[in-house]
Amino acid sequence: MLKILKYSFFDLMRSRWSYVYFAFYLLLGIVLLFLNNDLSKAVITLMNVIIVLVPLIGTIFGVMYYYNSKEFTELLLAQPLKRSSIFLGQYLGVAVSLSMSLILGLGIPFVVYGLFKSNAIWDFSLLLITGTFLTLIFTALAFNIALTNENKIKGFGYAILLWLFLAIIYDGLFLMSLILFEDYPLDKLSLIGTMLNPIDLSRTLILLKLDISALLGYTGAVFKKFFGTNFGLIVSFIMLTTWVVLPVLRIIFKSKKKDF
Amino acid sequence: MVSIENLHKKFNKNIVLSGVDLNISEGGIFAILGPNGSGKTTLIKSILGMVIPNKGTIKVQGEHIKNSSSYRHKIDYLPQIANFPNNLKVKELIKMIKDLRGDTNEDQRLIELFTLQPFLDKKLGNLSGGTKQKVNLVLTFMFDSPLIILDEPTTGLDPISLIRLKDLIQAEKAKGKTILITSHIMSFVEEVSDEIVFLLEGQIYFKGSISELKNKTNQPDFEHAIASILT
Repeated sequence: MLKILKYSFFDLMRSRWSYVYFAFYLLLGIVLLFLNNDLSKAVITLMNVIIVLVPLIGTIFGVMYYYNSKEFTELLLAQPLKRSSIFLGQYLGVAVSLSMSLILGLGIPFVVYGLFKSNAIWDFSLLLITGTFLTLIFTALAFNIALTNENKIKGFGYAILLWLFLAIIYDGLFLMSLILFEDYPLDKLSLIGTMLNPIDLSRTLILLKLDISALLGYTGAVFKKFFGTNFGLIVSFIMLTTWVVLPVLRIIFKSKKKDF
Repeated sequence: MVSIENLHKKFNKNIVLSGVDLNISEGGIFAILGPNGSGKTTLIKSILGMVIPNKGTIKVQGEHIKNSSSYRHKIDYLPQIANFPNNLKVKELIKMIKDLRGDTNEDQRLIELFTLQPFLDKKLGNLSGGTKQKVNLVLTFMFDSPLIILDEPTTGLDPISLIRLKDLIQAEKAKGKTILITSHIMSFVEEVSDEIVFLLEGQIYFKGSISELKNKTNQPDFEHAIASILT
């Protein structure tokens, strides 16, 4: 698996897109720091961008890489290699190179600006950790979609729909359900609802860490009581890990049964 | 060498193989023939584990291939259409496959044989179909495996390379290897193969030598014998 990971990783490192992605984050980091002139504020703005953009890029890249490397995959399948290691290697190749672009692209300007001397370092680290989780989650979901759809157009369509659903539609449905059932106690339901969507979960985690939960009013207080504690933090990370593990398991399962 | 029992495979509703029983003994050249869509490639890909059969068992050198990958060390496979990662150089591809399968020095000799030296630093995406097929041949023949599977090996080759390929196949046969070939070029099949396996509608219609086929169909030459099966 490590060999496949290595080849996929270098293959991606060679492609122009990794650099574009890296350069984009580099630019974003520099511009935000320049405009905000303050690390903590830059982190907040960055969060809004990352929460939406990282899943989108992860999804698109994952689907694109899978379809583009079909030939490579077929070549590997005839070799004495396990299917699970072929696909996990490719998946990790994509996910790791995307995460690296994210971490380096944002990390460099922040470190240069003096991150290590400021107290925003924990907030910033949390941002990068959730960003990496989101990359792992959405690349895995993208691979799942690509594995089950031979048709590229369909695969891309479903991938975009998935992103749209989790990034935007889910929130809408969630809010509507809160309004609809406002007569009932909803704190548990809204907690669970947040946990079930990795994007919402990441957003809440960062918001609460940034100590601006006062803006969220009553729900903020409930959330703070839960996510603010160590227990909440651990549960959140377990949920994020579950979001990675389940799609990855399905990649292994699906790839074993697929015809090439 | 390879034994297949009651192999069934369908893609959605399209039944491709319906109960193939086949025993391929060790040593010799076997040609798998059949009209388009008769399941030749599916059969080969089943042996390679790329296609998962719905029913039936396949054994390679006595070993069940289900859920195994190490048996592919015993197989060299030449895919039908040489599709390679386009942004890789020829040199890098050869190095990569060696890294994945184990080291060999045969590649140097094969590169010379097919005069591929000028292309080593070119990207695979920029090569012509014939040159790609030569690279494909190098990748297949550079390992010393007891079973060689060639899916349409003659595609795109010029006459000189074709002669070299035939020599190469004969040399491997002389080493006692088993070689499976599919091809639509009947003259090529007639020239190289010891035995033919004819697939028709997902089943084995005929297995035996070419002269047996001629006798069975009462036709003087091979091409007509094949044609008479199909009409």
